[in-house]
Amino acid sequence: MSSKVLKILLPALAGALLLAAWHATHFYFISEERRFLLPPPAAVWDAFVKDAPHLLHAAWNTAQGALLGFGLAVVISFACALLLSLSPLVRVSLYPFLTAVQLTPLPILAPICVIWVGAGLASVAVLTFAIAFFPLVVNTTEGLISIDRNLLELFQLYRASRWQQLFLLRVPAALPYFFTGLRIAATLAPIGAVVADMNAGSSAGDGGGLGFQAVIYSSQLKIPALFATAALTCLLGFIFNAAILALAWLALHHWHDSYERTDR
Amino acid sequence: MSASPRIEFRDVTKRFGDGPLVLDRVSFSTQPGEFISLIGPSGCGKSTILRLLAGLSPVSSGAITADGLDPAAVANDLAFVFQEPTLLPWLSVAHNVEVPLQLRGVDAATRAGRRDRVLELVRLREKAGAYPRQLSGGQKMRVSIARALALSPRMMLLDEPFGALDEMTREHLNEELLAFHAEQRWSAFFVTHSVAEAVFLSNRIFVLAANPGRIHAEITVPLPGPRTADTRLGREYHDLVAHVSRLLRSVDPDAA
Repeated sequence: MSSKVLKILLPALAGALLLAAWHATHFYFISEERRFLLPPPAAVWDAFVKDAPHLLHAAWNTAQGALLGFGLAVVISFACALLLSLSPLVRVSLYPFLTAVQLTPLPILAPICVIWVGAGLASVAVLTFAIAFFPLVVNTTEGLISIDRNLLELFQLYRASRWQQLFLLRVPAALPYFFTGLRIAATLAPIGAVVADMNAGSSAGDGGGLGFQAVIYSSQLKIPALFATAALTCLLGFIFNAAILALAWLALHHWHDSYERTDR
Repeated sequence: MSASPRIEFRDVTKRFGDGPLVLDRVSFSTQPGEFISLIGPSGCGKSTILRLLAGLSPVSSGAITADGLDPAAVANDLAFVFQEPTLLPWLSVAHNVEVPLQLRGVDAATRAGRRDRVLELVRLREKAGAYPRQLSGGQKMRVSIARALALSPRMMLLDEPFGALDEMTREHLNEELLAFHAEQRWSAFFVTHSVAEAVFLSNRIFVLAANPGRIHAEITVPLPGPRTADTRLGREYHDLVAHVSRLLRSVDPDAA
């Protein structure tokens, strides 16, 4: 069997087995009075179908917040990285404060954020930005300053201007680092958006996102619906990550060593 | 293209910061189009001489002139080939060759013409669309040389360009390089660790001694041109290799 088929078949098989094990655990290994703790896959599916309009709307809200915050983080982190790459003095001066943003937990930033920009999409976006920004700015800066000395001398020798050095050398050389940051940020952004939503998304008129849904379901003890929300959050994260991986592949696969040599 | 420059070093001394003397009162002058090899033990400052010539680093005292002028005057006609191929991995072979021309603001049509010509010269025309990681070590070095040739330089500085290659590839590239030199007559400064390579390529060889770096001996290589693979079989060539090896051993007891 070709490895391509195996790559799809094996995870599918593993997934089917896991679902079967889950189902079996509910019906055969848990006493009847405790079964409500682990609803079977079918019940989760039913809960999803029953509440689908709500859940999908919430997922769309979360996705918007995640995308907006993530997009902001990409643009602003890139500009900051350019600034930080200018000199070690700038980096030494600013790194502690960048780290501080990363070290403050979202649930503590959330109320401040709500006071500043109001609950809802704006807050979710700002908080997602806060969590995605750090890995992006650190990695991109690292890339912009880790240039092969010989390449720098080559540009110096041929009298490249500062702009030529930046756009023909530093930025392309930083791309693999940038995408490393992007991949980390892409796993953080959907989680950040959901956590932000739990803390700051609620009072928005359009019903909030998946985090807000989870808060409601847990207060109503709708356990299957909670599982469905978790699955949807997961799916959102997967889509986010897959999109970033595809972008990275597009930008790097033909020249970077992290992608296996498939041609020739 | 104007004639290649006459280079003169007058009592050139180089020291990095408070460090030890790297070059101590180095003086020489060259003829236009001459192929000079610099050979010597590590730390003798041979690469430093190239870096001073290229303006990558200033002299501590003394003077360097090109045709009697500041070498900055010929900086636009100078190409440098590094020890490593130093290619931009994200650009195709064709684009890599064009980089120096692009930096100089040469228009796209002219760039394409020169690129095709030099890729033809180094016999890599069919690899124009390939990326550096798809090439062998020898091919990468040929791209690096093509990139230098694309500038139509009047002076070529080569810092041990073939050091990492196997002997067959190295000999082959030596022959190619001499053919380019015969055609284009740039002045060359070639740093190497290989006596055989120095003898094969050069009009003159400077044997340098270390601590501090200085010129220990200067050997004129009278081998007639065009030099080919057969040149390496001749008696005269072997005598010269033996002579330079002895000189090198006298300044570097560790040398083979």
